[in-house]
Amino acid sequence: MDTINVLVVDDETDFTELCVKRLRKRQIAASGVSSGYEALNFLEEQAVDVVVLDVRMPGMDGLETLKAIKKAYPAEVILITGHDTEECAEEGMNDGAAAYLIKPFDIEVLARSIRKTFRKKKIKESQPAGEKGC
Amino acid sequence: MKTNGYNYIKKLQIEIIAIVLFFSLIPLFALGSFLYFQFTQTYTQKVTNNLRTIVDNKKKALDMFFEERVSQLKTIAYTHSYKELSDEDYIRSLLSAVQSSSNSLIDLGIINSDGEQVAYTGHYNLKGVNYKNELWFHEVMFKEVYISDVFMGFRRFPHFIIAVMRKEEGSFWILRATIDSNIFNLLVQSVQIAEKGDAYLLNSENILQTPSRFGKQVMEPSDFPKTPLFTGTTVRENFSEQNRMIVGMSWLEKKNWLLVVSEDPTEAMTPLFRTRTMVILLIALGVMLIVTGAYIVSRSIIRELIRSERQKAALDANLVQSSKMAALGKLAAGVAHELNNPLALIKESAGWLKDLLEEEEPDKIANFKEIEKTVNKIDLHVERAKSVTHRMLGFGRRFEPVSEDTDLNKVAEQTLSFLENEALHRNIAIEKDYLENLPSVKSDSAQIQQVILNITDNAIDAVGKNGTVRMKTGYDPKKEEVFLEISDTGPGIPKEDLDKIFDPFYTTKTSGEGTGLGLSVSYSIIEKLGGRILVDSTRGKGSVFTVCLPVRSEK
Ligand SMILES: Nc1ncnc2c1ncn2[C@@H]1O[C@H](COP(=O)(O)OP(=O)(O)OP(=O)(O)O)[C@@H](O)[C@H]1O
Ligand SMILES: [Mg+2]
Repeated sequence: MDTINVLVVDDETDFTELCVKRLRKRQIAASGVSSGYEALNFLEEQAVDVVVLDVRMPGMDGLETLKAIKKAYPAEVILITGHDTEECAEEGMNDGAAAYLIKPFDIEVLARSIRKTFRKKKIKESQPAGEKGC
Repeated sequence: MKTNGYNYIKKLQIEIIAIVLFFSLIPLFALGSFLYFQFTQTYTQKVTNNLRTIVDNKKKALDMFFEERVSQLKTIAYTHSYKELSDEDYIRSLLSAVQSSSNSLIDLGIINSDGEQVAYTGHYNLKGVNYKNELWFHEVMFKEVYISDVFMGFRRFPHFIIAVMRKEEGSFWILRATIDSNIFNLLVQSVQIAEKGDAYLLNSENILQTPSRFGKQVMEPSDFPKTPLFTGTTVRENFSEQNRMIVGMSWLEKKNWLLVVSEDPTEAMTPLFRTRTMVILLIALGVMLIVTGAYIVSRSIIRELIRSERQKAALDANLVQSSKMAALGKLAAGVAHELNNPLALIKESAGWLKDLLEEEEPDKIANFKEIEKTVNKIDLHVERAKSVTHRMLGFGRRFEPVSEDTDLNKVAEQTLSFLENEALHRNIAIEKDYLENLPSVKSDSAQIQQVILNITDNAIDAVGKNGTVRMKTGYDPKKEEVFLEISDTGPGIPKEDLDKIFDPFYTTKTSGEGTGLGLSVSYSIIEKLGGRILVDSTRGKGSVFTVCLPVRSEK
């Protein structure tokens, strides 16, 4: 099985740290940053398969970051929302997010979602280029 | 506070009644008394005029009677000479001739200038009686005609005399006749109209000339006040001697006698008194009707007022509840949100500890079991805290209610399926009374389910063990609402707590069992759906929660 490169983006650094540790323990190559800018910088330097993106962040928020990522990189995005930002999730899905999870969630659920998204990405990439993007 | 509110209404009712009575009774009384007095006046006038006519007619008849007598005697005196009349046989035949047409003359006599009766015919032997010293003898010498008052004279019965004088050959003689005053009495008394009426003649000394019907005889002085001479006819009311009388009187022209006709007004006025009774009865009836009407009107006004007052109070209470909910809801949602992140972190941390523990060899760590147990406990309690924040977020969330055709029966039935096990376990019977063909409502069935779940949960908690929870649906066509009634046989809710149970965090349950959010969340959900939740509770009997939803969505 390929290693899955994951980037966790959340302003709550403790959360990011724990998340990364736990994903790594589940054989997922995770890294963590704490803002949208940092995420874009990170993507510039390294190839990432799936970005786990918190919707609510100070500065550049989740949805803006999502749009920027989708414009420039092939990475898939999983959105993390709180209760109060559930409406944003739908908007995010329209903007090209692969899935969304409501916080707090079980780590196993996140891991499963990452794997599924990765598989879909792989299938998409193996298809002829013409059918992409509708 | 409530009693104060109704006190002012009671006062208002009295005011309304007082004003209505004032403004309707016054014109009623005014009209009643005006009509009555008007009628009295008219009627009294009629009675008075009646009496006046009677007196006038009688007076004329009496004057006529005197005139006829006088002219009869004058005719006799001037068509015969002294000599002819001195013959007793002649005047006897003359008297019987006169008596054949009118029997009011009792006797006739001729008196010469010396006062000696030279000829006489009649029942008494009065021939040769000398009248020279009688008062009337002198009077007839002056006036040529004389009518006496009634007197007893030699005869011992009431009578009066008419005398005429004739001058002949330088001397004079007098023709005198006695009139039976009984005939005269009949003439006077024939005027009597009613049972208590009276009619009599008085002379200028107030002595009765004809008997009064009541008591007094001829020649006795009358109780009637002495009346000075006047012309024409007077009618007046006389209040003397307890009983009221109307009296008509007139002085005769031929003789200064007063004709008095009296009448009992109570008799004459009977129709008037009947009218008065009638008027009083009608007014009493009118008063009764007005009082009843005023009472009925004021009562319906007051009832309407109390109803609207109650409605307003309910509305106010509703408003207070809504604003309380809004404020507390915002607070709760804010707190919940702030707690959510640390909770998520605690959960992650515990999860990480679990991950790490999996790698360890249990035997190498002395307290491995305890650590594992504690980590699991942390996880469990974070779960519990999460469920609380989750529900707290329930209010603050501005959910857009979906609008789908919802069958309340079906939603209730679905919700019950979650609870049937629990009920069975606690030996609680669930009765269902669903109205068939219940109109469907456009609403959010998931939210409604949440509400039904909360209320039914409470009902099961309230019953505890062994009891009944009843679900009933129905339709109120007047309000266009469907309703679901959830009643239980629990202990009920004290009156003073009824307005608290919808407050967030109000609970009587222990911390593990209840958060006090169930009803407040339900309230805000139903409010957003445009419906109402009502509670009715009797201590010791149980509680009834009713959820009402409008059939036609407000939008
Ligand atoms: N059917 C009932 N009979 C008697 N008391 C009731 C009933 N329903 C509610 N109550 C009272 O109202 C309080 C508030 O109810 P509510 O559902 O809001 O909170 P809770 O049941 O205590 O907790 P939660 O529902 O959040 O677990 C209850 O604690 C209880 O005292
Ligand atoms: Mg409850």
